[in-house]
Amino acid sequence: MAAHLSYGRVNLNILREAARKELREFLDKCAGSKAIVWDEYLTGPFGLIAQYSLLKEHEVEKMFTLKSGRLPSADVKNIIFFVRPRLELMDIIAENVFSEDKRHSSVDFHILFVPRRSMLCEQRLKEQGVLSSFINIDEYILDLIPYDGDLLSMEYESAFRECYLENDQTSLYHTAKGLMTLQALYGTIPQIYGKGECARHVANMMLRMKREFAGSQNQILPVFDTLLLLDRNVDLLTPLATQLTYEGLIDEIYGINNASEAFFDNLTVEQEFMTGVDTDKVNTYIEDSISQKDPLIKILRLVCMQSVCNNGLRQKVFDFYKREILQTYGYEHILTLNNLEKAGLLKPQISSRNNYPTIRKTLKLWMEDANEQNPNDISYVYSGYAPLSIRLTQVLARPGWRSIEEVLKMLPGPHFEERQQLPAGLHKKRQQGENRTTLVFFLGGVTYAEIAALRFLSQMEDSGMEYIIATTKLINGTTWIKSLMDRPESQAP
Amino acid sequence: MAFITANWNPLGEAFYRKTDLYEMSWNLQDGLRDSLVAAAPYGGPIAFLREPHRCSPSSRPLLEIYSSSGVQITSFPWKSGPVVQLGWTVSDELLCVQKDGTVLIYDLFGSFKRHFSLGQEVVQTQVLEAKVFHSPYGTGVAIVTGSYRFTLATNIDDLKLRRLPEVPGLHGKPSSWVVLTQDRQTKVLLSNGPELYILDNTSCTAVCPPGVSPLSGSIVHMSVSFSYKYLALFTDTGHLWLGPSHLQDELIKVDTKKMTTPKQMVWCRRPQSQQPSVVLLWDRLLLVAGVCRDTVQFPIEEPCVLVGELDGVRIISSTNQELLQEVPLVCQEIFKIASMAPGALLLEAHREYEKCSQKADEYLREIKEQSMLGESVRQCVEAAAHEYDTNTQKSLLRAASFGKCFLTDYSPDQFVSTCRELRVLNAVREAGVGLPLTHTQFKQMTLQVLIDRLVYRRLYPLAIEICRYLKIPDYQGVSRVLKHWASCKVQQKDLSDEAIARAVCVKVGDSPGVSYSHIAAKAYECGRPELAIKLLDFEARSGEQVPLLLKMKRSQLALSKAVESGDTDLVYTVVSYLKSEMNRGDFFMTLRNQPVALSLYRQFCKLQEQETLKDLYNQDDDHQELANYYVTASYREKQRLESRLSLLQSAVDEYNKAKNEFAAKATEDEMRLLRFQRKLDDEKGAGLLGLSLQATMEALLALGLHKQAEQLYRDFRVPDKRYWWLKLKSLAEKEEWEELEKFSKSKKSPIGYLAFVEVCIKCNNKYEAKKYVSKVTPEQKVKAHLAVSDLEGAADAAIERRNESEMVVVLSRCPASDRLLIERLNRARATAAKK
Repeated sequence: MAAHLSYGRVNLNILREAARKELREFLDKCAGSKAIVWDEYLTGPFGLIAQYSLLKEHEVEKMFTLKSGRLPSADVKNIIFFVRPRLELMDIIAENVFSEDKRHSSVDFHILFVPRRSMLCEQRLKEQGVLSSFINIDEYILDLIPYDGDLLSMEYESAFRECYLENDQTSLYHTAKGLMTLQALYGTIPQIYGKGECARHVANMMLRMKREFAGSQNQILPVFDTLLLLDRNVDLLTPLATQLTYEGLIDEIYGINNASEAFFDNLTVEQEFMTGVDTDKVNTYIEDSISQKDPLIKILRLVCMQSVCNNGLRQKVFDFYKREILQTYGYEHILTLNNLEKAGLLKPQISSRNNYPTIRKTLKLWMEDANEQNPNDISYVYSGYAPLSIRLTQVLARPGWRSIEEVLKMLPGPHFEERQQLPAGLHKKRQQGENRTTLVFFLGGVTYAEIAALRFLSQMEDSGMEYIIATTKLINGTTWIKSLMDRPESQAP
Repeated sequence: MAFITANWNPLGEAFYRKTDLYEMSWNLQDGLRDSLVAAAPYGGPIAFLREPHRCSPSSRPLLEIYSSSGVQITSFPWKSGPVVQLGWTVSDELLCVQKDGTVLIYDLFGSFKRHFSLGQEVVQTQVLEAKVFHSPYGTGVAIVTGSYRFTLATNIDDLKLRRLPEVPGLHGKPSSWVVLTQDRQTKVLLSNGPELYILDNTSCTAVCPPGVSPLSGSIVHMSVSFSYKYLALFTDTGHLWLGPSHLQDELIKVDTKKMTTPKQMVWCRRPQSQQPSVVLLWDRLLLVAGVCRDTVQFPIEEPCVLVGELDGVRIISSTNQELLQEVPLVCQEIFKIASMAPGALLLEAHREYEKCSQKADEYLREIKEQSMLGESVRQCVEAAAHEYDTNTQKSLLRAASFGKCFLTDYSPDQFVSTCRELRVLNAVREAGVGLPLTHTQFKQMTLQVLIDRLVYRRLYPLAIEICRYLKIPDYQGVSRVLKHWASCKVQQKDLSDEAIARAVCVKVGDSPGVSYSHIAAKAYECGRPELAIKLLDFEARSGEQVPLLLKMKRSQLALSKAVESGDTDLVYTVVSYLKSEMNRGDFFMTLRNQPVALSLYRQFCKLQEQETLKDLYNQDDDHQELANYYVTASYREKQRLESRLSLLQSAVDEYNKAKNEFAAKATEDEMRLLRFQRKLDDEKGAGLLGLSLQATMEALLALGLHKQAEQLYRDFRVPDKRYWWLKLKSLAEKEEWEELEKFSKSKKSPIGYLAFVEVCIKCNNKYEAKKYVSKVTPEQKVKAHLAVSDLEGAADAAIERRNESEMVVVLSRCPASDRLLIERLNRARATAAKK
């Protein structure tokens, strides 16, 4: 069925099949014809698990989008709400149920919470007086969704924002739970490495969850040798840069009609920043782009990039950019600027010391002679710039993080290593020349270019390492910055 | 061995036998007289209430509970009201139905669990009769009241009382009645004299079963089978009618020639029954009446009680207990006199083999010739399972084992599992335990339930031994037993909290599936909160501790445990609980100590309670966030400028307090802009309100309000570059070329003059564009000439600057026909290259 998932070194189809089985079981619990009312946000993720044909086989006859007011009429025995556990959605559901009750129909209601049940939401349904109308209230644990043969995504768009702006670690709890599910299917991962506050938190939760299930030992031979947890904020630079791989370019340019000259000007400026040229002055290209009222997100990407590459902007430069943005695009963006500051993407220079050049040199983030036709280094994915996140991954495999202690200390958050005990008899006996497998988890998002770089490393003959990639969400600079923006205009109650 | 058929009685084609189960170990002074008795099926416990109607306070009746073998489990004086009926639930709880319609529930050890009422009107009318019944939905209770109405509850654990419709013409106690479960519905079948009625939720229907003559008298007794599939009716003329309970087929009539109403009437069947029967009990007689119309009679010495089972009837008297059942077919085949069935031959062969007689071989040969060796082993194994006597079991199993030796590809599974199961059954049949289960019953009730039953009896060591012996996964086996044990242990009043906690921890350890919070909850229920706290400490899953902690009002601890679990939904739950329990001040203080909970609550407020959000920021003196809050709020007041401005002013104040000068200044600017826009909107109807500064200037220029635009440019210190771009574009778009030229000369352009050239070209005015070419800096000359399509000029500029790459650019634009220019450029290139 999903052949693309079973080719890789790790057969991710197992995960998909497990998810499908659970879905079928739930659907069969509601005997008779069914209509599904979708939380629109979920249709994408579900599409990766099951097509309409599967639903149809289990007597799903109609599908609606969740919206307030009356449900469209459907001559079915069951109405099932597929929703995320969000309070505002509960209010809509209550409205739907009330209007259906008025019709005196004998339909059975069910709720399937994705990815987890919520007491808070059930409490809300109770307050609204509809909780008892539901025959089944279940949860569909869909944390990690197989996206490709070597790629898992949680499709959790707001993860970065929640973690860094709102101090809400819900996504990390789901991450830890997802990793526990993954280990239940693919064996305990003996080694865990991580860098960043969120990574530490996820690892702590995983270890605690494992203790909680002490006694029921996992008897599956481990498929993954190592788990590497990386916070997105350890490497803020990479997603800001324009991706120059095939998939990355499609992702970046899709829907944007950029004149090629402007595109190259843009790239030139990015490369200047990444190589540390004039990062402490107001950049004329940015200035002109503001004058020409280029899209705000493009401006923010460049300004943030300059800030990150300069370890903060000089106060004068910082204020200049901010004022230009507010005057040109509107004062409401003061909230967005504030968010970017909070996330560390945009900041005034506090110490005169700029660590970026040291990091760049030690990790060889800039390669002058990037060969894009026959790449020999990951830097080809950004035409010279090697993503920091991937360099960290690469160094971990060989020669190990001990060689870059100094640089690791300059990057935000703790770095750590944990070991998970395996039951006797599950220790792998490695064949000569057999590759090791590492699961790299990007907390807060990963770009196509980073994925391409890891795939490149997997294919390199002498790397001895295969990478499987997991993330909260596939991002690019635009979607990422967008997720951090506040638009008070659209928040009217 | 030879006597195995001694207690067999033929009934039609089949045989019935009575097997001794126990010499009862109780010592009942008055036998079973004058008592209410309830004995649970599946070898369950027996409850007695002596003289239930006596209720003077001086001499209370005694309620006694015994195991099936007569070992007393508990006894206590009955202090409640008069009891009409006793019965057992599927989970070994005792139901006592009182006259006033109250049902009291006790556990096996006589501790009161809970009670419920069968309806308010019953208090007046009283319960005349009650029946406790079992169905797939659980244990139910049905009653008939003093006003001759029926009420029933199908499942006492999910109590829904149903008052059934009135029965026409019923002006006294019905002559007899039973509860039926059919088509997922529970109904009552009752007789009033010769008439039969079916009562369901909505209607009362008179029924007339085919074959039953109305002349055969009043129906005085009825009985339904264990499975509810069969019905027996007894009339006062001594006729017994047997048939399926759906009453569609004709019933079979048996004449018992007994005119008195039997004390009890119970179906006696077994799965794949050849000859089902009904057992009737009178004072001195036990009569087995088969559907073949044959009967078997047994004299009765002393009062006894019949208990219907899945595969027979138990007969309990004050001295002993017997099982009456149809002999299973396989046992008949093996033990029937002169049987030539393969199993019988194998048993014989083995007997000869043990005597070292060569006859063994002859028997074996005979079986083999018929190729029935496999069948013979199967028969012996199966028969062993049905036998109660251990010696018979052994000889059958030995024979099977012997026969197996001559088979090469025989799967040992059945043999092994039967041996194991019999060992377990023999252990629970021991009088000390007193669960007289047959193998058939055991298979039906499942091992899980058997373990539960042992646990209810607090026979923990035996239960654990069985789990281990049968290698049940800990999760379903040992752990479950330990969980019950611990829940029971915490109720032990003579031990200190400390001692109990220690004992529980030592035994339970970290057995998978045993939840300490569950045990703690039990301790709390028994009024031992301190013990509960101690036990909760052992709980590894912090999330599990939360609900109980909340219940115990340890809300602070609950909150920190919820935070520890990482489960944000749980944190939200505790927070919303705290919010409703505490006053606002304490609530905020509590959150303050838990940053994770606080930020989650802020998120909640952002979506649900904006006002509270403000209070939270205020409490924390978080001026920056307060300011942001005001900014956000100002956008909700778009229509009312004054309130919008006052909110922005609050934002400015807060930004100042937060020492965020930039934001304060920017917000002040915003207010200034808003006022300016409002003024111009009022004066000129410009429609500016809400535009950005840049867009405002743009609009002003478009409207020709240059002075006002200029004013904004100065007041807001707009950088020259941006303003020049803006003005340049605006003038060109409006084709105010003279104005543009004037502007270009107003001072030295901060954006250079190439911009002028390009903007003019964009507006399709080459003529105007050319005016600015000469002013362009030398570096941009070539570009400027090219922009106005002046190749000669571009070439001149490039050659003058001796810039090779520029020459190449010009060359690329030259048409091939312009040979002169191309040659000139190529020459210049060659010279430039030499240098």
